[in-house]
Amino acid sequence: MSLNPTSYLNIKQLISVCVISISSICLAPMSFAQMQIEINGVGQSRYPIAVTYFSSESSLPTKVSEVVRNDLANNGYFSIIDTGFAEVAENANVDLGSWSSKRANALAVGTATPLGNGQFEIKYRLYDIVRNQSLGGTTVTVGKDELRRAGHVIADDIVQRLTGERGIFSTRLSYVVKNGKQFQLMISDSDGQNARTALSSNEPIISPTWSPDGKRVAYVSFETKKPVVYVHELATGNRIVLSNQKGNNSAPTWAPNGNKLALSLSKDGNTQIYTINADGTNLKRISSSSAIDTEPQWSPDGSLIYFTSDRGGSPQIYKMSSHGESAGNAQRVTFRHAFATSPRISPDGRYMAYIARAGGYKLQLLDLRSGEVSSLTSTSYDETPTFAANGKFVLYATRSGGKPVLAAVSVDGAVKQILSLPGADVREPAWGPFLN
Amino acid sequence: MLKNTSQEVLRRLSTTVVLVSVLALGACASGVKLDDVTPKNTGSASPTSKDFANNPWNDPNSPLYQKSFYFDFDNYTVKSADQSKLDAHAKYLNSNKAQKIAIQGNTDDQGTTEYNLALGQKRSDAVKKVLSLLGVSDSQIETISFGKEKPKSTATDDASRAENRRADIVYQDK
Repeated sequence: MSLNPTSYLNIKQLISVCVISISSICLAPMSFAQMQIEINGVGQSRYPIAVTYFSSESSLPTKVSEVVRNDLANNGYFSIIDTGFAEVAENANVDLGSWSSKRANALAVGTATPLGNGQFEIKYRLYDIVRNQSLGGTTVTVGKDELRRAGHVIADDIVQRLTGERGIFSTRLSYVVKNGKQFQLMISDSDGQNARTALSSNEPIISPTWSPDGKRVAYVSFETKKPVVYVHELATGNRIVLSNQKGNNSAPTWAPNGNKLALSLSKDGNTQIYTINADGTNLKRISSSSAIDTEPQWSPDGSLIYFTSDRGGSPQIYKMSSHGESAGNAQRVTFRHAFATSPRISPDGRYMAYIARAGGYKLQLLDLRSGEVSSLTSTSYDETPTFAANGKFVLYATRSGGKPVLAAVSVDGAVKQILSLPGADVREPAWGPFLN
Repeated sequence: MLKNTSQEVLRRLSTTVVLVSVLALGACASGVKLDDVTPKNTGSASPTSKDFANNPWNDPNSPLYQKSFYFDFDNYTVKSADQSKLDAHAKYLNSNKAQKIAIQGNTDDQGTTEYNLALGQKRSDAVKKVLSLLGVSDSQIETISFGKEKPKSTATDDASRAENRRADIVYQDK
């Protein structure tokens, strides 16, 4: 994931709309405020882990072990055991018995070595204190500006070794910040830090959505005073107009193979669902009602498209073949509430998150196999849910203290976080995929 | 690492341009595009000094001045009192076949983003339908929606919400 420092910027684009590539030579990271995380709920049982400072990391601009500790603490299923300020090297002889008396079940130690060409090698090792054995570790080599990424990779490695599941600390978020009259499409780390601006505009930006390979983001921008769908390549800042048909162009979503998108257009009168190639060719209508059909979402196996429709009177969520209604009637999937919109399918295809009107607009989780619905949140202006790449968390937009913020909740409902930006509104989140 | 001087020059130039455009962000996304000069809809033109021959929709004394149409909650039908106001717009557009308009639909803050975008579209389409029935050609009208993204009023009392349930006619520059 190295940034390309020689990308050419389109000057004309810069003057008209501030399209900015995620590059270290371009716009500086947002300097006026950092995203703040507030933890309001943690897992029922938390795994105690100790992560010492790494040897020689005090000379680094970013302390990698701090990123690791923060990631694990924010995750909600770990409790961080205090290790003081001692730096413990990756190859140090550790006395696991003494760590056991500190009530840690696992210990992570590491070494940071400058390689001389602006690169650093971070080597860490994980110990299972209960079983009195080393679990192995990993080595990450990064440039000076990528030290946070090294911390995320190590935190992911710890989660993988301890739970067998893939961690999501290295994944990225996309979201929209509104500051007065200015809108910015941001790309950040999974904790909202290291945020960079991809697009700045005086008109709204909504519905960002990540390509399956994490290299592109499609979104809706109103910069020409109407909703138009763009596909934006993050490394270069280059973007294409995916769809600018007469009327609205919105609700883009990627097919699992990354070659096509589905979206909503009003070009034929009422809002309907279409598919289109990622280069903007081969537009095809796939829904066929005389009502509003919108918010298409592919199932992970590519066979179905879930969508919002008010063909039955009030908006509910339906599914149809990904070839469209010509291949078979759409079937309704939500029955619990009088209003249901914004479907999102978990990466394993097992759950659907959506928004229901249930005394306020509230995030729900539908188990697609059993039909069970659970209400996950205590907030009530919930919108735009998005699953983490490992399916364990849902990030969504809501309000806290009257202000638009992002919130995250684990699918079991236990872990709760608020992500807020002082002085600005945050909205329209999209959680990016695993990066390989 | 940048390898040669022309890349370095381009990098410095583009960094400067970015810094300039960051400082001028108020003008950043709105200033330069040719189709972005829409006349203001509400009372900012001075009635005593201007000749409104070219833009009668800005003349407070003209029946074309009324360009906003309001809707009840969860409702997408043009009110009967507004039908006659739309008569004036239809008459003008039928006599000026080169004149185009955009009709922008809006909703109040209740609901969710994308579904509200589609609901706002029902309001702009409702206004278009009245004009079409009065003979205005489809090619003169584009209907779009801002959903709940561009509220006129950000308060959540009934009066503010009513202000946001609205479709606006915007005469386009030729």
